[in-house]
Amino acid sequence: MTATEPLSDSPAPAAPGRTLNLTLRVWRQAGPDAPGAFEDYDAPGISVDMSFLEMLDVVNERLVEQSREPITFDHDCREGICGTCSLMINGRPHGPQRGTATCQLHMRKFADGDTIVIEPWRAEAFPVVRDLAVDRAAFDRIVEAGGYITVNAGSAPDANLIPIPKSVADAAFDAAACIGCGACVAACPNGAAQLFTSAKLAHLNLLPQGQAERYKRTEAMVDTMEELFGSCTNHGECEAACPKEIPIDFIALLNKDYLRAKLKNRRYLSRKP
Amino acid sequence: MSDITLDAKVPDGDIQTLWDEHKFNMKLVNPANKRKYEIIVVGTGLAGASAAATLAQLGYNVSAFTFHDSPRRAHSIAAQGGINAAKNYHGDGDSVHRLFYDTVKGGDFRSREANVYRLAQVSNNIIDQCAAQGVPFAREYGGLLDNRSFGGAQVSRTFYARGQTGQQLLLGAYQALAEQVGLGKVKLYNRCEFLDVVEVEGRAAGIVTRDLLTGEVQSHAAHAVVLATGGYSNAFFLSTNAMACNVSAAWRAHRRGALFANPCYTQIHPTCIPSSDEFQSKLTLMSESLRNDGRVWVPTKAGDTRGPDQIPDSERDYFLERKYPSFGNLVPRDVASRNIKTQVDSGKGVGPLKNGAYLDFAESIKRLSPHVVEERYGNLFEMYERITDENPYKQPMRIFPAPHYTMGGLWVDYHLETTIPGLYAIGEANFADQGANRLGASALMQGLADGYFILPYTIGDGLAPLLNKPLVDTNHPAFKAAEAEVTERYRGYLATNGTRSVDWFHRELGHIVWDNCGMERSRPGLEKALAEIPALYQEFKTDLRVLGDDRSLNQSLERAGRVDDFFQLAELMCRDALEREESCGGHFRVEHQTEEGEALRDDENFAYVAAWEWTGPDTPAELHKEHLDFKYVHLAQRSYK
Repeated sequence: MTATEPLSDSPAPAAPGRTLNLTLRVWRQAGPDAPGAFEDYDAPGISVDMSFLEMLDVVNERLVEQSREPITFDHDCREGICGTCSLMINGRPHGPQRGTATCQLHMRKFADGDTIVIEPWRAEAFPVVRDLAVDRAAFDRIVEAGGYITVNAGSAPDANLIPIPKSVADAAFDAAACIGCGACVAACPNGAAQLFTSAKLAHLNLLPQGQAERYKRTEAMVDTMEELFGSCTNHGECEAACPKEIPIDFIALLNKDYLRAKLKNRRYLSRKP
Repeated sequence: MSDITLDAKVPDGDIQTLWDEHKFNMKLVNPANKRKYEIIVVGTGLAGASAAATLAQLGYNVSAFTFHDSPRRAHSIAAQGGINAAKNYHGDGDSVHRLFYDTVKGGDFRSREANVYRLAQVSNNIIDQCAAQGVPFAREYGGLLDNRSFGGAQVSRTFYARGQTGQQLLLGAYQALAEQVGLGKVKLYNRCEFLDVVEVEGRAAGIVTRDLLTGEVQSHAAHAVVLATGGYSNAFFLSTNAMACNVSAAWRAHRRGALFANPCYTQIHPTCIPSSDEFQSKLTLMSESLRNDGRVWVPTKAGDTRGPDQIPDSERDYFLERKYPSFGNLVPRDVASRNIKTQVDSGKGVGPLKNGAYLDFAESIKRLSPHVVEERYGNLFEMYERITDENPYKQPMRIFPAPHYTMGGLWVDYHLETTIPGLYAIGEANFADQGANRLGASALMQGLADGYFILPYTIGDGLAPLLNKPLVDTNHPAFKAAEAEVTERYRGYLATNGTRSVDWFHRELGHIVWDNCGMERSRPGLEKALAEIPALYQEFKTDLRVLGDDRSLNQSLERAGRVDDFFQLAELMCRDALEREESCGGHFRVEHQTEEGEALRDDENFAYVAAWEWTGPDTPAELHKEHLDFKYVHLAQRSYK
C-alpha cells in the first residue's frame, strides 16, 4: 500500500461526530449442536467514530439492560494483530474495508439506515461454538505438523553468522505477517486453507535457516491441511479477504515445494541441482 | 503477623560471573529423569510459550494452558517496537554492562541488580535463538541485522521486525511450542482459564481451571506451576492491553500466599491515540519508535483552535526538545508521558476533544522522503489512519499517554520462584527486572529471557529433590475445596441478579484508578480512591447482572471473575502508592518532586521492594520489604537534560 492510496473501497465516509441508526441481523446459536437463526436488533445512535466491535459492545450493553443475553463474539487486541476477531459482515470476511480486520473497521464506513448482516465464519473446519465465535484449532494442527524450524533453546549460532539478503528477509516477512484469523478459509467456496498454509510455508521455506526441514515441513503441513480443510480450486477469494493482504503467489510456492518434496531424495538435499 | 522472610536468594559473588557460577552450583535433573516430572505453564505469550517449549525440549512433561482459542493470540503479539540486546553489532559502545546500567537507571533504581545483569547477559542469546527460529528481523542490504535506537537509549541496540516485533517473536515461540505439542511433549489446553493454585504440604501441587466452552471446573496436578499470565494495566479499564488481559491468575496466587510486589509501579506509555468518545473500549498504542523521527509539540497559546498547518513554527512549543536538549523526543516513557499531560492540563491540548499533543513527521518526510518514512512506519501510519480517519503523512498525529505495562507483579526470588514453593512467575507477571519504569524494547527481552534461558535452569534446582515423588491426587481435599470455591464464586455472579453489567463496573473502577492512581498520585487522591473503591466493590457484589449460565461459553461471566479481582488489586495499588512517599519512575507523587517537576526519589527510606501479603478479604494486606542494594550502579537522580 502506498502513502496516498485510500484505505477503503466503500462509499464516501460519513462525517465525523455523526451518529447512525442501524439494523443488525445477527446469527445467534446457543452452542455447537444447537440450531442457529438470524435475529434482528435495532442499533440507533451509533457514533461513526466507534469501531465495529465497540458498536457491538454498545448493542450488548443495551441487551443486558433489557435482560437479554449478549451476543458472543471473539475479539481481543483490537489492534488488528492478534487475529482473534472474525465476523462475516454483509457476506464479506472482516467487512467492506480492504486490508482491515473487523476490530479496525470503523462505523464511518457505513451509512445511516443500513441493515448489517453479521455471521460467524462459515467453514466445515471451523465449527461454530456459540453465536459468532468459531473453533479454529485446525490451524494449530497444521502448524504443529511442521510449521517451525527445530532449534532447541541455547543451541543457536550467532545471529549474524548467516547473512540474509534484505529482499529475502522482506519476502519472508510478507508471508509471516499472517495473523491466523481464518478469513481466507471463510472466504473460500471450498473452505480451503491454502493461503494460511502457504504463508507459513513461504515464511520458513524462503529463509536459509528453514532449508534443512523444508520438504519434510511442506509435506507434513500440506497433508494435514488436506485432511482438515477443503481443496483449492484457484478462486482467489482468500487474497481479497485477507486483512494483511497476503498475496496468493505464496500458494504457487506451496504447490511447487510440495511437488519437489514428493520427488526429492532427502539424503541428497544438500546437493545443488 | 506472618513469619515470611523475604530471601531473594541472590548468590554471593561478582555480578559478572554470578549467573554462570550459579548455573554450575544449581542441582541438575538427569536427562532420563526429566520425563518423570509434570510442569504446568499458564499463559502462552512470549514468556509462557518460550518456557513451555524449552521445558519440553529438555524432556519434562508440560501442560500449557491458555484462555485464548489458540496460544498465538496472547497480547505479546501486539508489541510493536523491538527487543533490546547488547550485541554491539554497530560498534557504538554497547556492552552487557551498559545495557545493565541503562536498565537499572531507566527503572529509576528500584530493581534488583543481579536480576538485571543476568537479563542483559542473556539478551544476546535471545537474538541468536530467534534468528535461528526464522524470526524475520529487519536487515541491512549486506544481509546483517539492523538495529535502531529506542526511547531512553543512546546506543542502537534494538532489534526489530517492521512494527510487528512482538508478533514475529511470539510466532517464533508459538511455533516452538506447536512443535512440542505435535511431538506429544506438551499437552495444550485452549479456552481454559486458570482460576486457582492449590497448595499441599507447603508446595504448589497443581491448579484449578475452568473450561470456557463447557464451564467444567477441573483440577490438574504438577510438580511445579509456572504463571506467565502478563500484567494488570486493565485495572485502568482503558489501556493498550488486549480486552482479556487480567490480573486474576497472579491475584489468585496472591490470595493463596504469593506476595505481590510493587503494585503501584505502572507504566503509562506516551504515544497512544487519544480517545474519541465515551464508548472507547481500549486505547491503541503507536510505537515509541515513532519518536525517533516524529517531533512532539503543542501550540504555545492555550486554547489555540487553528489547525496544525495554520500554526507557524514560532508559535509551536517542542517542549521535550526544549526541556531535555540531550535526549529530546527520546526521553524515557515516564518523563515523556508526564510532560505531555502537563501540556494538555494547561489547556494546550490538540484535537477535537483537546486531549492530545502532536507528533509531527513533516520534517522527517522532507529530510528522508515519504518512501523512507513509509518503510519505517508504514503499518503504524495505516493503523492510525484507520482509527482516526486522518492521514499522518499530511497532518501530524495526535497522541496522549495511556496505561500500557505494569512493572509490579508477583514477588519472585533469583530463581523466579514466588513465596509459594514450586510456584514460579515469569514475564510481565513477575516484578523482578524493570524497577519502577520499563525502558522501551525491554519487555520482550525479559519475557523471552525468563522463558528460554532462566526458568529452564532454575526450575531444575527446585525439582531435583522431588525425584520419584508422586503427584498429589486431584481428589485430595485441597483440590476439591478449591474446585468448590471456584464453582460457588461463579454461581454467585450469576445469582446476584442486579441491574449493572460487568463492563459498567469495570469502566467505573477504571475511572477511579486512572484519576487517582494514574500518571500523578497525591495523598488526598489516593485516600479518596481508597474510600471509593470498596464502596463500588460493595455495589458490584450486590448489583451485578450476569445473564446466561455457567455450562456454556459465557463471556460476561468470565469477565465478572476478572473484574472482581481488579477491584481487590486496585485497592492494593492505591495503598502501595500511598505508602511509597517518594516519586520514582512511573510512580509520581505530586508531594515529591524537584523544583523542575521531576521525580524525586528518597533512597534512604524507600530503596526497597514493597511485597504485600494477603491476610484475608477483610483485613489489610501486610507489607514486607526487600531492601535493594546497589553495588555496581551508582545511585543518582536520573537526568535526561
